[in-house]
Amino acid sequence: MGAGILATVSLPDLATFLVAGVIVVGGALGVVLGRNPVHAALSLVATLLGVAVLFVEEDAQFLAAVQVIVYTGAIVVLFLFVIMLLGVDRQERALVDQFRGQRYVAFGLGALVLAEVLLLGTGHWATGAHATTGALDRPLPNVTELGRAIFTTYLLPFEITSALLVVAVVAAVVLARRFGTGPEPATGESGDPAPDAGGGTGVHDR
Amino acid sequence: MTIDASWYLTLAAVLFTIGAVGVLVRRNVLVMFMCIELMLNAANLTFVTFSRELNDIGGQVAVFFVLVVAAAEVVVGLGIIVAIYRRRVGATADDPHELRG
Repeated sequence: MGAGILATVSLPDLATFLVAGVIVVGGALGVVLGRNPVHAALSLVATLLGVAVLFVEEDAQFLAAVQVIVYTGAIVVLFLFVIMLLGVDRQERALVDQFRGQRYVAFGLGALVLAEVLLLGTGHWATGAHATTGALDRPLPNVTELGRAIFTTYLLPFEITSALLVVAVVAAVVLARRFGTGPEPATGESGDPAPDAGGGTGVHDR
Repeated sequence: MTIDASWYLTLAAVLFTIGAVGVLVRRNVLVMFMCIELMLNAANLTFVTFSRELNDIGGQVAVFFVLVVAAAEVVVGLGIIVAIYRRRVGATADDPHELRG
């Protein structure tokens, strides 16, 4: 079978795919199996970089760059920030399963999902119409193609994306506020008590 | 000659399954969140693969939007996680069980 593969696939492509695939799967296993959340986050970086390499391999250069910048540059750093903020030595709560044999049921379900997705993925069922929005085989750069599609065909979703980002920012600000519902410790933190729950009177009570 | 699309789809399926099992098995909220990111990346890989296979830029546009949604989701999710941790520690700081670390 190896000779048959090399007859249809060039060796650099095959080597790139295999190395990136091993990095992706190994990093994913590291995320799931790692005991330390920091190690899990670093394994996640390996997986994301491997996926970026696969994007380059599939002629999606812009997405590869965005993957590196947004995922490994922003999202994982955010994860690490929260891990550091909450304390890395915090043990996992509830090490006992919620119900008996949850782990085995999870692995069984995982095997089922893998079988189903493999069946769906390797069967050649995706034989729809080709190139309804923009053909990739035109001699244009990837960024040009992507930008043209986003700003013409997908302009409305792109605009709605801005609304989504605004909503996310507002949600982050709301979640970061302190609501004075419980007896919070009077530490010298900079956040003001929430005005809607009588935070000022709470200070006087203490 | 490039790699056949089914190889990428197989890899994406494996990645998705690892992420799904991780969400089901792990108890740490942050690690569960990372496993959700794994599943999102598997879906992205599938999108890009079909984009190449069907010769259509729409798949890559979908990945673009998934990236934006993932960034917003991480921001909100981590905000919720921080709020939960802060609330719980503040509420049960006198409990020796919590102080055991």
